Amino acid sequence: MQKLDVSNLLCPMPVIRTQDKVVTMAQGEQLEIVCTDPGALHDIPAWCRINGHRLVSAEERDKQILITIEVGEQ
Amino acid sequence: MTQHQADQLHQPRKAVALISGGLDSLLAAKLMLEQGIHIEGINFYTGFCVEGHTHAIRNQDKKKQKRNNALWVAEQLGIKLHIVDVIDEYKDVLTNPKHGYGANLNPCLDCKGFMVRKAHEWIIEHNFDFIITGEVIGQRPMSQRKDTMPVIARESGANDLLLRPLCAQLLPETLPERNGWVNREKLLAFNGRNRKPQMALANEFGFQDYAQPAGGCCFLTDASYAKKLGDLWQARGNKNYDLDDIMLLKVGRHIRPNENTKVIIARDEGETNFLSGYRKRFTSLQASSHTGPLALIDGDTSIANLKLAAQLTARYGKGRTAEQVTFEIHDTSGLQHELTVSPLSEDNIPADWFI
Repeated sequence: MQKLDVSNLLCPMPVIRTQDKVVTMAQGEQLEIVCTDPGALHDIPAWCRINGHRLVSAEERDKQILITIEVGEQ
Repeated sequence: MTQHQADQLHQPRKAVALISGGLDSLLAAKLMLEQGIHIEGINFYTGFCVEGHTHAIRNQDKKKQKRNNALWVAEQLGIKLHIVDVIDEYKDVLTNPKHGYGANLNPCLDCKGFMVRKAHEWIIEHNFDFIITGEVIGQRPMSQRKDTMPVIARESGANDLLLRPLCAQLLPETLPERNGWVNREKLLAFNGRNRKPQMALANEFGFQDYAQPAGGCCFLTDASYAKKLGDLWQARGNKNYDLDDIMLLKVGRHIRPNENTKVIIARDEGETNFLSGYRKRFTSLQASSHTGPLALIDGDTSIANLKLAAQLTARYGKGRTAEQVTFEIHDTSGLQHELTVSPLSEDNIPADWFI
């Protein structure tokens, strides 16, 4: 699994960084995104839904948010 | 006819839609989908976009809906959305606008031209056929006028590849119309600032809960924000900035007690949490003897300025009426020390220190 740390960035930057990372990945690969903006809990799943990627999990731990996605067909 | 040519004839034409997240771009894209055009959305992030998330830094706004409206629009339409970071490229638009600024530091005409130019580059790179926007003649005083809309088409290089479905019947025919890719008869003739036609059309399409216009979509149109940005440029002696600079202008009280020093004081716990993320870049201080906000010092951190910053910050904490308040000062290398000061009273803070 690949990791992307976008802590302290406010949306839409976590989505933009996720999008830029995902285009370098292959279908079926997973990406764990570490962020701090609670807006990412809404935006990254929405971005996955419209772009054909799968949300694997999303959880808030202390002040960190961990979101795992699986890359879909690109 | 080759098989490739035959396939192309049966492929829908492809357009990229500039999606701001507002109602107009939603409707413009929907009209094109109704005509069988393949639409993908593009949204440019300049750093100055008004985002629900930025507002949500403050405690009082925590209950506000935390959604990105451009993503929401794309989901309503069932289209892909490409969000593009143009923060660096946008600096030249903002600092050298050919057509000047609007009421504040908003270079609306140059901004629209820039975004259409970027969309034009994108359609060339991705083999799309044309560009659509949700512009409406007469809706904005600078960029959406009958005389300035052709300027955007021309200066962006998009020319007649730029189609504005909501007001196309009031404008010269574009290539997609001339070539029959789009039926001009089914395009609209919206004009002016009245939003009722858009709201009626949204209702017809069954769109609800779309973003309401509330002071525009860009911080540069906001007088208070523009004043802070102007102050930043003046203090630096140039118009350079980075993303952190422009994010910080959205947060806290900004007080400049002298030309070399600015103090940014959080207005609540949410802003304190946000500003604490900048402790490696700025010297920070927070009261340890009383409950109070975090403050950052941008500029001169001499002893005299640290003391003044602490006195100012004490004014906004629970110790404001105390004889003395003790602060923990953290420098950018992580070293910390204590400083005890007497809070400044409101009367002793000149009004012109507030930016």
